[in-house]
Amino acid sequence: MTVLAPSTVDELAAAMRDTGSSSVRVTGGGSKRSWGGLASPADVEVSTLGLDRVVEHADGDFVVTVEAGARLADVQRAVASKGQWLALDPPEPDATIGGVVACAASGPRRLRFGTPRDLLIGVTVVLPDGTVARSGGKVVKNVAGYDLGKLFCGAYGTLGVVARCTFRLHPQPRASRCISVVTDEPGPLVAMLRRSPFRPSAVEYDGERLSVVVEAFEAAADAQAEQIRSLVGGSVSADVPPTFGVRPWADGEVGLKATFRLGVLSEVLALVPAGFRVSAHAASGVLWLGAPSIDAASLAELRVSVAPYDGTVVVVTAPDEVKRDLEVWGPVRGVEVMRAIRDRFDPDRRMNPGVLDVI
Amino acid sequence: MARDFVAALGAHAVVTERAQLRTYECDGLTAYRCIPGLVVLPETAAQVAYVVRRCAEESVPFVARGAGTGLSGGALPVATGVLIVLSRLTAVRAVSIDDERVVVEPGVVNLDVTRAVAADGYFYAPDPSSQQVCTIGGNVAENSGGAHCLKYGFTAHHVTGLEVVLPDGSVERFGGLAPDPVGYDVVGALVGSEGTLGIVTEATVRVVRTPERVETVLAGFRSMDDAGSAVSAIVAAGVLPAAVEMMDTLSIEAAEAAVACGYPPGAAAVLIVELDGPADEVAAELTEVEVLCERAGAFEIRVARDADDRVAIWRGRKSAFAAMGRISRDYIVQDGVVPRTSLPEVLRAIADVSAETGIRVANVFHAGDGNLHPLVLFDASAGETDAAEAVSERILELCIEHGGSITGEHGVGNDKKKHMGRMFSPVDLDVMQLVRCAFDPANLCNPGKVFPTPRLCGERPGRRSGVHPVQAAGLGEIF
Repeated sequence: MTVLAPSTVDELAAAMRDTGSSSVRVTGGGSKRSWGGLASPADVEVSTLGLDRVVEHADGDFVVTVEAGARLADVQRAVASKGQWLALDPPEPDATIGGVVACAASGPRRLRFGTPRDLLIGVTVVLPDGTVARSGGKVVKNVAGYDLGKLFCGAYGTLGVVARCTFRLHPQPRASRCISVVTDEPGPLVAMLRRSPFRPSAVEYDGERLSVVVEAFEAAADAQAEQIRSLVGGSVSADVPPTFGVRPWADGEVGLKATFRLGVLSEVLALVPAGFRVSAHAASGVLWLGAPSIDAASLAELRVSVAPYDGTVVVVTAPDEVKRDLEVWGPVRGVEVMRAIRDRFDPDRRMNPGVLDVI
Repeated sequence: MARDFVAALGAHAVVTERAQLRTYECDGLTAYRCIPGLVVLPETAAQVAYVVRRCAEESVPFVARGAGTGLSGGALPVATGVLIVLSRLTAVRAVSIDDERVVVEPGVVNLDVTRAVAADGYFYAPDPSSQQVCTIGGNVAENSGGAHCLKYGFTAHHVTGLEVVLPDGSVERFGGLAPDPVGYDVVGALVGSEGTLGIVTEATVRVVRTPERVETVLAGFRSMDDAGSAVSAIVAAGVLPAAVEMMDTLSIEAAEAAVACGYPPGAAAVLIVELDGPADEVAAELTEVEVLCERAGAFEIRVARDADDRVAIWRGRKSAFAAMGRISRDYIVQDGVVPRTSLPEVLRAIADVSAETGIRVANVFHAGDGNLHPLVLFDASAGETDAAEAVSERILELCIEHGGSITGEHGVGNDKKKHMGRMFSPVDLDVMQLVRCAFDPANLCNPGKVFPTPRLCGERPGRRSGVHPVQAAGLGEIF
């Protein structure tokens, strides 16, 4: 396989033009290489790792523009120097901005700050034929034109390559407290928390322990932590437990993501097949599951059982030989329209073949 | 077609009389007018789908309209087309507090979403200033913001599911009650697409817990620069207020004349800062905001004592647009955005333009996110219209020059499509139109909006040269 490694947006555009009619695999840090559908072999690999610049940090405006190959951790370091952060915390180490956007990867603090689509305010993309296009801009409030960024978030590179992103930033919290309580019934506690006046940054459940993170001014964080502790029990600490936000699978295992309406955490946890470890964004309607393997029948059964909760289950990661037997994405609402969009952006379906084969 | 619609929807739902059609000739931006060929007022999603399907069959353009409060001519009818008015789809279909979701039809008024959940301690966050009359369908089309979107985000952050009548008349659902729908973020693409990709017949929206404590601060400053530096200091300190609004002398004068809001006398600028959240947090932030305002030169700081007092403080700000009638015969409301740090420079430049031209400009704006609403004051009877429009356009140019946007919340619609080419390259616009072509290859759904030049859906982006094929084919006028 030919590997192209452009280091500027222009070079990326030239590289894409050069791919002609070849199939193309887009890669970044490789932290989510196993995510999505079974990838079929591609003729050309286009790596974004050479596009690794933090282009502009407008700290007074709380906005940063970065290239797709920049690592999230490096971006965080760059903006931390001004007491700011990009409020995305997916746990994959070495993840690049492009991969986080393309996979719409999220972590615990999505409860407060949302997912990449909510923070991406401008994007430069390169289409399969090398066309370079921009949407959005450098200001948070902006409704001029269609928001291509939304479409590219979670598109797994099938519409084109994300080349450059502009994000809204947030101030780093002055103090962070974690209230941690052991429970096998997190549902009612989460419901109680949601009805409370507090606005935690994260509410995580690892199968044994509910962890609630509050971030605010020092005094306010302490006060809120104490009030939350008296509401849900447990203890307060400055640190989160080691399982906090960690995906519940190891390399080579099967990882699933279930989403469902917010009020049914207990019901969905009760449906988790035996042998699966869990990690839930407990107040966000998102549950990650991990196990050594899963068969097609169990997956189908799980999908049927979460459907009444407006639930979906996707296979996030699995070894190729397991993926081969699974419906990785399951049913997709509105898939015809998605196919029409894909046909416009990549009529020859050259981009990341197999990965989003359901569309 | 009128006969078909009468048969299917009933005579009461079809308007054909010219005098009645005239009622719908414009939306909130009255500068553009066009009498629609036909108006229908469906009562169900199925009726909307039927009307759109018939339009698609006959290649007749159609435009959706909600309450008609839009400020960019986004609901401007097409003379040879059908205007589909959604004001009769007013059902709140479901309220689920446990899921923090409300499911509504497009004709539900923005504020009624909050009313449906207020007793449970929740509210719907996007609050455009027309929220007492504007409807959710229009909010979705325009990705509406409001004073409080600095903290809570825009409509795009609060819509999780949509039922849409696509331009071919088929009905499709995207997203739902749950987060992260599988596949492309079509909901995200639809919100803010200004009615050009389909007609929303149901929206599932997120509602937010009512804050425990709200504090509203009114601060008077001797200059706009002082007020601006207070805003910068507040944001730099890591405080994220629910709203930060600024008004200049002229807008204060108008507001005082209209509603006697009692703002600090002699102020060259007032700042309204609203903080909300858990009580302890708000208390800490309030102290900080007061200190920072004082340090920036505020000569008077008032904190609302209670809910009535808060309403009184907001009254001046919220009446500002309408109040312009007190100090000027005519005015243009502009909507542009600049990076917050460019605010002082851009405001000085606007003042310079105003001084050069003799056209007064009153500034009212969402200072927290750099969203300007300059009000260009003029007297049409004195022949000042052209000069005022030139000033208004110059302000947009300033926004673009400073890396901002030609619209923060009012939309492009019909009004600003001519400016899109200054913000985006022809290729950018062509690529956006790939999305449009995926939804509406026949270009029937709210045609002529957002994009300066229509495109045929067979073209590839970036391959354009010479006369546009639409014009070459002599089809220019129909778009």
